[in-house]
Amino acid sequence: MLENYLPVLIFIAIGIAFGGFMILMGFLLGPRKPDSEKLSAYECGFEAFEDARMKFDVRYYLVAILFIIFDLEIAFLFPWAIVLRDIGMFGFMSMVLFLGILVIGFIYEWKKGALQWE
Amino acid sequence: MLVELIQSFFAGLGWPWGLPEWMQVGLVILAKIVVILVPLMVCVAYLTYAERKVIGFMQVRIGPNRVGFFGKQMWGLGQPIADAVKLMFKEIILPAGADKLLFLIAPVIAMAPALAAWAVIPFGSEMVLADVDASLLYVLAITSIGVYGIIIAGWASNSKYPFISAMRSAAQIVSYEIAMGFALVGVLMAAGSINLGDIVAAQQGGFWQWFWLPLLPLFVIYFISGVAETNRAPFDVAEGESEIVAGFHVEYSGMPFAVFFLAEYANMILISVLASLLFLGGWLSPLEGLLPESVFEITLLGSLLGPGLHWLVVKTLIFLFFYLWFRATFPRYRYDQIMRLGWKVFIPLTIVWILVVGVMIITGTPPWFDVA
Repeated sequence: MLENYLPVLIFIAIGIAFGGFMILMGFLLGPRKPDSEKLSAYECGFEAFEDARMKFDVRYYLVAILFIIFDLEIAFLFPWAIVLRDIGMFGFMSMVLFLGILVIGFIYEWKKGALQWE
Repeated sequence: MLVELIQSFFAGLGWPWGLPEWMQVGLVILAKIVVILVPLMVCVAYLTYAERKVIGFMQVRIGPNRVGFFGKQMWGLGQPIADAVKLMFKEIILPAGADKLLFLIAPVIAMAPALAAWAVIPFGSEMVLADVDASLLYVLAITSIGVYGIIIAGWASNSKYPFISAMRSAAQIVSYEIAMGFALVGVLMAAGSINLGDIVAAQQGGFWQWFWLPLLPLFVIYFISGVAETNRAPFDVAEGESEIVAGFHVEYSGMPFAVFFLAEYANMILISVLASLLFLGGWLSPLEGLLPESVFEITLLGSLLGPGLHWLVVKTLIFLFFYLWFRATFPRYRYDQIMRLGWKVFIPLTIVWILVVGVMIITGTPPWFDVA
């Protein structure tokens, strides 16, 4: 059972090693002639002004928070979806109730303009 | 069979003593990984070639046609190899303001999941490296790690364009992940299993039994979300070369850039394979149920018309062609349009269709859900 995951683990290790190996090859084969102009941040040829790590729109946070709610919902739906045939009508109706509550929340955030980008 | 092959190989090298068991197991797994990885890398290389050729022809150009092998031009078939070699010999620039360690780790984080997801992809009814019970869940989990690569790249570069791009693509990818997750819930309901092999097995019975028909809206939403997840046109605001130059890989050059590129194309192939497995019956033959059973008994023709890896390859190629076709056809979406499509169109649609599928399963709607 758990030994089925051994190839997965080895594959992840190989994936990481492969990426690392390619970058290492780039370092070994490519030239290295850095100068201050070359190493400065790209800003369409201008001298970079102000810090690049600037303030950003709060809506990105909002999307992240909404994502967590909906992703959790999906996590609840996964096991339910697999056993739906066994739990029948009762299982289906309880999930309709659960989804219904979430849809109310979804409509609320929609009306509040949380999904509005301009 | 593979075990004996490896053992006889080591015996041929003058190693008469048998290998210890853990090394045998490890070598067999390694050999299988190489068997998956090498064709995948070739596919990635030639997908870039196909992209340039297909888009070239769609725009009445010829596309790359110079680089060939052995002094012949051969329609430019040597182009991807030449590109790879060129990138390998390019200088790797580490910007002065960048967080050097994160800057180099980011492409690896983007690529490792794109490769590791292939561990559980079944290529035939018994052809799978790791037959894990929750294989679809594993694919979903590991592919969502890829977004960290983009965020870390945007942050570590310490430059404005990558930073903007990282914010955009993070929000975009998580938004479409919800629509994608809901679409997958529909597949799980229809199949009654989360194992990719079982999902394909549940679609047995010919073209009209495949899940694309009962789950048609989910199928369309899954693939469009897949295009958005991989940051491909028309959802490529993360790259948006006309506004933020090249997005999160502005500061990348040489091999780290190539690794990002590889990850993107490996993800495209992964999404296409998953779409074929989940909705188009994977390796099952579309002729099943149309032709009489006896046709599949004929020695060579039967195995060609019957189920097999070649059908999975054909279906995957169709999806990959759609990727390229989209890029040649559609102008880029505006960011607010992307978010509106993800949140206000796809999520309500998928919730409705999940309920429809639920009713179909409870009532046993023929011809898909009548057998328990």
